[in-house]
Amino acid sequence: MKLLEDLLIVDFSQFLSGPSASLRLADMGARVIKIERPVTGDICRSLYVSDVKVNGESTIFHAINRNKESYQADIKNPHDLNEIKKLIKKADVLIHNFRPGVMERNGLSYDIVKALNPKLIYASINGYGDEGGWKDKPGQDLLLQAVSGLTFLTGNIEDNPTPMGVAVTDILAGTHLVQGILTALFSRITTGEGALVEVSMLESLLDFQFEVLTCFYNDGHALPQRSAVSNGHAYIGAPYGIYKSAEGYLALAMVDIPSLGRLLECDALLSYTNPSDWFDKRDKIKVILKDHLSLKSTHEWLAILEPADIWCAEVFDYDKLMKQDGYKVLEMEQDVSIGNQFLKTTRCPIRVDGQILKSAKGAPSLGEHTISIQKEFDF
Amino acid sequence: MQLPLKGVTILEFCQYLSGPVAGLRLADFGARVIKIEQPVKGDSCRQLAIKNFWLDESSLLFHTINRNKESVAVNLKNSDDITFIKKLILKADVILHNFRPGVMEKWGLDYASVKKINPGIVYTEISGYGKKGPWKNKPGQDLLTQSISGLTNSSGNNNDYPIPFGLAIGDYLCGNQAVQAILAALIRRHKTGQGSLLELSLLESLLDFQFEFFTTYFQTNQQPKRSEFNNGHSLLSAPYGIYKTLDSYIAVAMMPLEKLNKVLQNKELEKYNESETFKKRDEIKSVLAKCFLTADTNTWLQKMHEHDLWVMPVLNWEELIQTSTYQRLNMEQEFVVGNKKIKTTRCPIRINKQYFLSTIPAPKLGEHTEKLKKELEK
Repeated sequence: MKLLEDLLIVDFSQFLSGPSASLRLADMGARVIKIERPVTGDICRSLYVSDVKVNGESTIFHAINRNKESYQADIKNPHDLNEIKKLIKKADVLIHNFRPGVMERNGLSYDIVKALNPKLIYASINGYGDEGGWKDKPGQDLLLQAVSGLTFLTGNIEDNPTPMGVAVTDILAGTHLVQGILTALFSRITTGEGALVEVSMLESLLDFQFEVLTCFYNDGHALPQRSAVSNGHAYIGAPYGIYKSAEGYLALAMVDIPSLGRLLECDALLSYTNPSDWFDKRDKIKVILKDHLSLKSTHEWLAILEPADIWCAEVFDYDKLMKQDGYKVLEMEQDVSIGNQFLKTTRCPIRVDGQILKSAKGAPSLGEHTISIQKEFDF
Repeated sequence: MQLPLKGVTILEFCQYLSGPVAGLRLADFGARVIKIEQPVKGDSCRQLAIKNFWLDESSLLFHTINRNKESVAVNLKNSDDITFIKKLILKADVILHNFRPGVMEKWGLDYASVKKINPGIVYTEISGYGKKGPWKNKPGQDLLTQSISGLTNSSGNNNDYPIPFGLAIGDYLCGNQAVQAILAALIRRHKTGQGSLLELSLLESLLDFQFEFFTTYFQTNQQPKRSEFNNGHSLLSAPYGIYKTLDSYIAVAMMPLEKLNKVLQNKELEKYNESETFKKRDEIKSVLAKCFLTADTNTWLQKMHEHDLWVMPVLNWEELIQTSTYQRLNMEQEFVVGNKKIKTTRCPIRINKQYFLSTIPAPKLGEHTEKLKKELEK
């Protein structure tokens, strides 16, 4: 039996945050039905990224909505709304990521839905919570990164504030929502009661920064200082970061500086015997390292450092990564079907009972399952 | 509110961040989380400080990640201690460990052995790179897994070095995904009585994290390329990115160029049409970068918000905590260590409008060993 077999998720969410949550639930065995508006559907269908399309729709849409069904309905039409409500009565979980007030205006507030189905887990993601000055602002990834302080952690001190180049806010909020949904489902086993689960993207980013924010709160509100050279983490001393070698790049994590100096035959590092200097004088140390590491190739350095169990690694781009046995052995890729084509994408990162969780079911076309669902649920 | 995971016991054989961040979330949801630590040193994170910030014999960092847990100190090479741990396993629901492959086996605490003691156990393993292949014994350290995973080519500009995320994203994500898997396995166990083996790795978590990039790469065989300037996301068109203004910085998300130019009224920008915003994003971004420098952030925000454009100011934490939005989230909570009040963040998830709060600080090494031994005697 799959972990979440027999669970039905009705998903009103769009773009990335909500759909990434329902994708994880689908991969763990739940049945996910997307409720999409006529004509456009989930806006992500037409969100073209770097001009790459599959079947006239965005690649990203297909990657994140595989293993789901699509039910087309117009919430504003009373007949359609009524059918949606019938579906909700049968569901275990409802997900949405509208701004505050939208579900209420559509007649699907938690109170109304709870009266229909008291066992339902009603789960929502928004940008900034329900109160405060930004509650009606769009919950968009880059904008959340910008206000959360996160952009002062990546890149070097002279750089502009630097966002993380992946939609980290969306993915973390989706990840947290799944945690909330599953903990509420677990609790429902004993209480028989549904629940309202809420996550905001800002709370998710604050949690992501919990270690460094805790330092800020208790350290007289000192702000983070990225290092001037090869910044890897604003709060960690040298050598932590990525360095250019004579050929390629090299990552060094936490390493004792004099030991590193001896291994690399870099005499200038030998005098840094006091560990507190590794933080306080990290820019000086990093400059020495930067110059020294440029003398040999990454492979030559790794041949010295790895046998000594130093925490180091080569830095790969995708072309190089694909060629590594360490990548291939993970079997991270899977093909999903879209009509009579296949789309290669990644799989769920969790293994259960020694098995990889894969599913060949591609993303649905808009309304692909409307009629079969109407029949199945006897509308 | 009765906490949802009340009655669930978790044995955390973990150090540093990936496993302990999972234990923390489960503890906040109401599980009893018991850290199983080696005597003398314990979880190595106790000795790892950021900014040299210590609270007692352990660092602030350790206290932040391990609040709301108990600690048992045992020598797993000692047979009495192993007997004690096996008794604990009999009472536990979940085991979580993040040792390198082979370590739990050495102590006779691998899944096959533990399953014999407690068939319903949810046994969760976090490794760096999985349990097979040439990297299985490499240290599962965050920066190193970021570097290997290709992630370091996503942030910063195209001419920069590879740039890592400035937080431990691999550890954090993998731990959070472990929480998802554990909860799902507990739900199944309730229906079927079946235990589970759950395996995760930092590398697989980081590959999953980049699913947009990999899926695009698999179709085009072209590596993602960061923009030359103001890169926000290598797959997105202009204007997406952060720009310097007269007095600070502004974040500009996706928007039609024409709509943006209603506000900017920039002659040079008129030359570009919407279909070129990806191919010519570097040119467009350099025009925008000059333009945003001509007024201050508040002026831009006001004008652009009037047109419903997706922009926000770039704030540091000091500026963020002054905002009404931050204050209404009630994100802070306190615990006490010795006579020091420590402020930290709470669990980011709300259920039935309630926060998950806890004032219980991290345990001292072995603080609960005797108490648990007594409990087991009953």
